Amino acid sequence: MNAPLRRVAVAVFVLFALLFVNLNYVQVVKGDDYRTSDLNERVRISSYERPRGLIMVEDQAIAQSVETDGRYKYQRKYPQGELYSHVTGYQSMIYGNSELEAAENEDLSGESDKLFVRRITDMITGKKSKGANVLLTLDKEVQAATADALEGEKGAAIAIDPTTGEILSLVSNPAYDPNPFAAHTDQPQKDAWKKLNGDNVNKPLLDRALNQTYPPGSTFKVIMSAALVERGYKADSQVDAPNQYTAPQTTKYIENFHGETCGNGVQVTLEFALQESCNTVFAKLGVEEIKAEGIKEKAKDFGFGEKFKVPMTSAASETGDLPDDPSVAQSSIGQRDVRMTPLQGAMIAAAVANNGELMTPYLVKKVESADYTTLSTTRPKTFSNPMSDSDAGEVQKMMRAVVENGTGTRAQIDGAEVGGKTGTAEDGDARQDHAWFIGYAIVGGKPVAAVAVVLENAGTSSSSSAAIAGIIMKSIIEQRANR
Amino acid sequence: MTASAAPRPTGGVEPALTSVIGRPDRPLANNQRNTELFLLVLSLVVVTGMSVAVQGSVLGEINAGALALPGLLAILFLGAHLAVRFLAPYADPLLLPAVATINGISVVFIRRLDLGRLTPDERLAAGVLGGEGSEALKQYIWATVAILGFVALLWLVRDHRSLARFGYIALFTGLVLVLLPAVLPSSLSEINGAKLWIIIPGIGQIQPGEFAKIALLLYFARSLVDNREFLQIVGKFQTLKATPGFLFRAYAPIISAWLVSLGVLVFEKDLGSSLLYFGLFLVMTYVATNSVRWLVIGLLLFMAGAYSAFLVVSRVQLRVNVWLHPFDDPFNAGYQIVQSLLALGSGGLFGAGPGAGSPNLLSLYASTDFVFAAIGEEIGLFGLTALLMLYALIASRGIRAGLDVRDSYGKLLAGGLAFSITLQTFVIVGGVTKLIPLTGLTTPFLAYGGSSLIANWLIIGLLIRISDAGRRPAKVKAPPLQLRDAPTEVVKL
Repeated sequence: MNAPLRRVAVAVFVLFALLFVNLNYVQVVKGDDYRTSDLNERVRISSYERPRGLIMVEDQAIAQSVETDGRYKYQRKYPQGELYSHVTGYQSMIYGNSELEAAENEDLSGESDKLFVRRITDMITGKKSKGANVLLTLDKEVQAATADALEGEKGAAIAIDPTTGEILSLVSNPAYDPNPFAAHTDQPQKDAWKKLNGDNVNKPLLDRALNQTYPPGSTFKVIMSAALVERGYKADSQVDAPNQYTAPQTTKYIENFHGETCGNGVQVTLEFALQESCNTVFAKLGVEEIKAEGIKEKAKDFGFGEKFKVPMTSAASETGDLPDDPSVAQSSIGQRDVRMTPLQGAMIAAAVANNGELMTPYLVKKVESADYTTLSTTRPKTFSNPMSDSDAGEVQKMMRAVVENGTGTRAQIDGAEVGGKTGTAEDGDARQDHAWFIGYAIVGGKPVAAVAVVLENAGTSSSSSAAIAGIIMKSIIEQRANR
Repeated sequence: MTASAAPRPTGGVEPALTSVIGRPDRPLANNQRNTELFLLVLSLVVVTGMSVAVQGSVLGEINAGALALPGLLAILFLGAHLAVRFLAPYADPLLLPAVATINGISVVFIRRLDLGRLTPDERLAAGVLGGEGSEALKQYIWATVAILGFVALLWLVRDHRSLARFGYIALFTGLVLVLLPAVLPSSLSEINGAKLWIIIPGIGQIQPGEFAKIALLLYFARSLVDNREFLQIVGKFQTLKATPGFLFRAYAPIISAWLVSLGVLVFEKDLGSSLLYFGLFLVMTYVATNSVRWLVIGLLLFMAGAYSAFLVVSRVQLRVNVWLHPFDDPFNAGYQIVQSLLALGSGGLFGAGPGAGSPNLLSLYASTDFVFAAIGEEIGLFGLTALLMLYALIASRGIRAGLDVRDSYGKLLAGGLAFSITLQTFVIVGGVTKLIPLTGLTTPFLAYGGSSLIANWLIIGLLIRISDAGRRPAKVKAPPLQLRDAPTEVVKL
């Protein structure tokens, strides 16, 4: 019987070999998949095991981790509630992280490579590792002023320091309270999600300032003006201002707002055309002077086509294809397929204010470890130079006229040199227009603020947008003076 | 003790139980008991290391308490060693240390699971075996009972051939143990959907299948010794023209084994045991007859049975579907196997470290069905490989005992016992690692549970008894060899 018994021994080894091979497959080949699987509760528990870093606006924590007695050790709290909802986003067990909680997750959770050495030291000394704190460029007074000014409106406002690209305030309305998402039980998260994600009309979870694109309407004329100045036009150059302009290859004409006449209806200065937002002037010059490629190129210089990581990733603004003259004519006044985020709007104003140098926008000033050692600092970076210094001066002159004498007078601020451009953008035939304002403020020769305000489907109230922008910029100027 | 202990041969073909104990070809010198002792100390070092690691990681401090449990276990294992030294002095020196290592790791790990259920403050107060509802304490008591049973077996059964007397008694006992849960009302036999318990209200429950396994093995060995030549003939020749009586005698055993296994599956909803019983029967028949025909017939029957069970028994369908697509329903049907895979994957190559995993997430059954996955998260692929090697070592030393021993009964019994440990390990470990559909067998020596632990220590006792017989040198004053068993020798004149 020894022969079959030996064969049984072989079978025994085969069975163990099968177990062994399969175990290698499970623990090594598929090991990483299983370890990081969404179904793996360990991932979640360990991410709640150490306190997440703070998100700070000046001296104020707008997101912090609080110790609990439950299975998950730390719970995220957002003391300011709605005010910073589109900045911090939320940390949710069910729905994942959003906004900064997602974009800065590595630093906040302490998993970043920047913290590698510290984690090793913590391991050796037995200290509990903590996530890194993220310090923002936002100004708490300006953020509050922005939110106040936008109260009750549907839309967004964003303010930038033109010289650095620092984002000073960012508000998207309607906002929401991120706290229920950070609950450690399912129900509050699900309720909040159902309520907010289910609201298809107001879309409270959407960050309109970075991620919603709107037709820019007449605000796009600032880019057109920059392109024209580059082609030798000055603020006081005479340009044709017919009551109607019909592009080649079409019978559809473009007219001015409400069919009004621009100036004398024959010729006006370029400055006047911008000041009064004459559509026919820019449509005609778009088709005859700048042309499709010129428009696309200038828009690209100003940041169109780029998804900015501020560090949340913004939507890209776009001009569309501009395949023929009629579409060039319509695009020249910011309609057709042209789409722009409020962030992009503020960047246009910022580039003009900063004498043609466009700074990359950013929200994170600094990352510090829990003991306040600086781990990284964001340095201002030039994104592009869409205009020369002198060309920017010409465009400033024209934008100043808009605020001093034209459609944007409600943005005026005592003691500051304010330039801007209103926009009334058609959003289909059935809905009310979007009301835009982009503008900047220069104090004592130094650019201090660039803002964009958009009020969704607000009708022709671009003057309210201008007023809101004025309030925001005023608050920035005051903060600057206090500093 | 020679032929007198053997029963009257029933099949009448071979008086198989008449050879002497002992191997005249082996020198008397070293019986390797000191090797066993040394290895046992080594295994206690491993267990202690694990206990210290658990202590450091779960309590956050390493104190003398970490040594208490390994110390208590050392008493048991050294007691077992002494019993072997006196009662089976020539036994294989590897079996006991291998089993002790797994059993020791098991108790330490079950204590770790106990602690994992407590809050940090309760942990410190829990004491060495401690706390409310401590499974570790119960498991230690079971281990004590199991090792007492092991010693008693070695003491009572001085010659494994004396067990051959239990043929039909073993069969009867085995069948009663197998069928009892099916007959009892569910309130006295069903836990978590499997009717394989005998619940004694207020006292506890036993899993009679664990003991049925041994009884059936005893019967298979005896019956096959009696019938092996007949079955060999059946295995070699055409049987189509045979008489009905011949056919019945030839095929009744395998068909009965098959039917009993199917019955276990259908009425007790116990896939694992069903597979285990039939697998053991097949392998032992093969060893007895050296005829592949029986394996083929058996496998065909198995496939037919498995397929019809798949069609008819919804529980089997569910198990197979969950096995194929566990991630389709990760929160309900697939929950346990998914959690098991996640735990194993999280363990990776080296594991989280003893005490540093999250067995509470794994399953309510982290100490029983899923103990292999739970421990795998903490000791990783390297640790699990070592653990599997220990099982393979136990199985291979068991088969070695069968090869060494000279009587057919001993060979068959040893082969069956060794294979039972292999098959059981394969079915449950393969189940929790998604190699095969998950069924509820206990992981030998590792899982929490008294029935399984006692039964498996008895199996080791039998293997040690057989290996002692196989390795014992012939006594100088042994009775003369019976001629038909004596090797032909050239005698110098």
